[in-house]
Amino acid sequence: MKLTVEETEQVYEEPITTQAPTQLNGADVFIETLKKHQVEVIFGYPGGAVLPIYDALYKNPIKHILARHEQGAIHAAEGYARVSGKVGVVIATSGPGATNLVTGIADAMMDSIPLVVFTGQVATTVIGTDAFQEADIIGITQPITKHNYQVKDVADFPRIINEAFHIASTGRPGPVVVDIPKNMATGLFVTPKDEDQEVNLPGYQPTTKPNFLQIQKAAQAISTAKQPLILAGAGVLFAKASDELAEFAEKYQIPVTNTLLGLGGIEGNHPLFLGMAGMHGTYTANMAIQTCDLLINVGARFDDRLTGNLNYFAPNARVVHIDIDPAEIGKNVPTEIPIVADAKEALEALIAHEAPNGNTVAWLESLNISKEQYPFHYQASEERGLLPQQVLELVHEYTNGDAVVTTDVGQHQMWTAQYYKFRSPHNWVTSGGLGTMGFGFPAAIGAQLAKPDAKVVSIVGDAGFQMTLQELSLLQELRIPVKVIILNNQALGMVRQWQETFHGERYSQSLISVQPDFVKLAEAYDIKGYKIETFEDAKVQLKEALESDEPVLIDCRVVQKELVYPMVVPGTGLHEMIGVKPE
Amino acid sequence: MKRIITVTVINQSGVLNRVTGLLMKRQFNIESITVGHTENPQISKMTFVVNVEDEQKLEQLLKQLQKQVDVLKVNDITEKQIVVRELALVKVASPPTVRAEVNSIIEPFRASIIDTGKNVVTFQVTGSPEKIDAFIDLLKPYGIKELTRTGVTAFVRETQKVNGPQLSILK
Repeated sequence: MKLTVEETEQVYEEPITTQAPTQLNGADVFIETLKKHQVEVIFGYPGGAVLPIYDALYKNPIKHILARHEQGAIHAAEGYARVSGKVGVVIATSGPGATNLVTGIADAMMDSIPLVVFTGQVATTVIGTDAFQEADIIGITQPITKHNYQVKDVADFPRIINEAFHIASTGRPGPVVVDIPKNMATGLFVTPKDEDQEVNLPGYQPTTKPNFLQIQKAAQAISTAKQPLILAGAGVLFAKASDELAEFAEKYQIPVTNTLLGLGGIEGNHPLFLGMAGMHGTYTANMAIQTCDLLINVGARFDDRLTGNLNYFAPNARVVHIDIDPAEIGKNVPTEIPIVADAKEALEALIAHEAPNGNTVAWLESLNISKEQYPFHYQASEERGLLPQQVLELVHEYTNGDAVVTTDVGQHQMWTAQYYKFRSPHNWVTSGGLGTMGFGFPAAIGAQLAKPDAKVVSIVGDAGFQMTLQELSLLQELRIPVKVIILNNQALGMVRQWQETFHGERYSQSLISVQPDFVKLAEAYDIKGYKIETFEDAKVQLKEALESDEPVLIDCRVVQKELVYPMVVPGTGLHEMIGVKPE
Repeated sequence: MKRIITVTVINQSGVLNRVTGLLMKRQFNIESITVGHTENPQISKMTFVVNVEDEQKLEQLLKQLQKQVDVLKVNDITEKQIVVRELALVKVASPPTVRAEVNSIIEPFRASIIDTGKNVVTFQVTGSPEKIDAFIDLLKPYGIKELTRTGVTAFVRETQKVNGPQLSILK
């Protein structure tokens, strides 16, 4: 029998107590503390070491999403966190449960997604004896977490959980792992003194207020610049500063480009927006970086996929870098004016500063001409078949730029970034830094839970989708109307593209000729499936699918040989882009 | 270039692993490391000698260390007036025929004999790393059987001269 969440909760409401609740154990306090943090949903998977925790959850329920694999749970939590702005909460058991989370934890670390991840652990009495389902998850996750904890005293539960949420959600967000030995969850809880429950982190004091002198310097630089440019990253989104970004850009008439993860920080059709920069960004945005005399980086980390060859990067620019993480400033690009601050506070300070405007009219005009001359391009014809870019233009049109869109990594991700113009922030969920296949679909489930009324579209490749498609189970179970659009080119598209371009067309292990029938697969999960092979079909069926209130899977058979252009070839500078014009 | 870096940390299990793990992840080569708790048993101090390529890498190292939640303070004390000490234990072949000679050689180093056997003797010596290098060089011809060094630990001096000389080992 299938139950919806609401139904399940109804069943849970009856208190099932076999003994008088005289004293709380660690697991009870764990659940209570999560409730204090207003956790509305947990993504998880039970197992031996977390039995006491799931028992406490049974008695004192919080909505729990039972993914079908721990990796699905954590990517869903990432999607939830990215869209809601809240901390994503994950529970998995010890050993394999915990190690299945590793990819998601690393992904969240790279893309600064706030997660608190609870892993079960064998009892402290047997840690270190290679006990059943024991894994050193503290050691394993140490380099891929913002911080991690192992609970060693039942009384520490409130403090550790409070600190974990504090660390995950403040400063530069990131994942925090809390490892819970089984005997800590079952151990009796003796309430510690109030001060011993509070956050006590003398070594963790993130700076959010910008230094006034640095703001002055930046304002000075803005007023003398002729060709200034704003590079806005995901820091703008984490700081919820997209309004301030637009106000700042408009006030000083400075054009804006985004990093991949920063998309949505400014409206996709904003007149000052040049499109995404970087390896597959717009020619105009990349040339603006190469020719600007002032580059104002707001919450981006100068990732190598953005900068191309650093030796040629922004050769004429004075660099202002606003980042909440001081370690990012000067890491890749020498910075003249560092501003360690929350993006919102720094932008507010710059807006309030009343610096005289530089004259950017000529600069904006030349960029507008470039925008018209070098749009993204593709060559469609009936003989060639359905192109992925056509699908994405239709998705944009039918959702009016208002959908929550999630992707994996690769060609489909780049095309989505190029062709989907986000009208508002916090609707874009993609795996940027780690580049995780299998991320997009479970992330869409979490995103839909964060925004139940939004249209959530998961754009995935046929290969990446097959890495986490087991989560299709959740769509009908939870009545999650996610639209899964597979850009199916029967290949690892980006791998194939690089093999074509850089490895003499030797398609080593990148072509997948045998695939499941995705429509039948959808049916197996009780979901409506479509197969689309032509542009004409796409126009009709995509519309129908996207307008539906049900979960839908759409298998779009697209041209295998289509390449993502333009492109900055690795090792070259941004100005050396290839494929900027149709051949 | 060699740098001496002190890191004040909260004294809890895993913190050494965290710091050395960070250095490994960011491709820094640790030449030596010493750790011990401070006057406050809840706080430990680590002293590293690290090889870094350039200023930019050094800045990254300091910032990444500072970013760790358990790290309270990071200091690059290389350019400061500092006291640097290291301890070494050296087991040297010392048959009766040369024992008197060996014992007299070590005298200026104020090393002490901490163990003796029929044909070997073990010395303990403390001082700056250069002094220990010199001590070892001097004993080499007699045949060093075993050698262990603790790595440096360091303090910033109470009075700081402006533009004071840098320790030669660090150049």
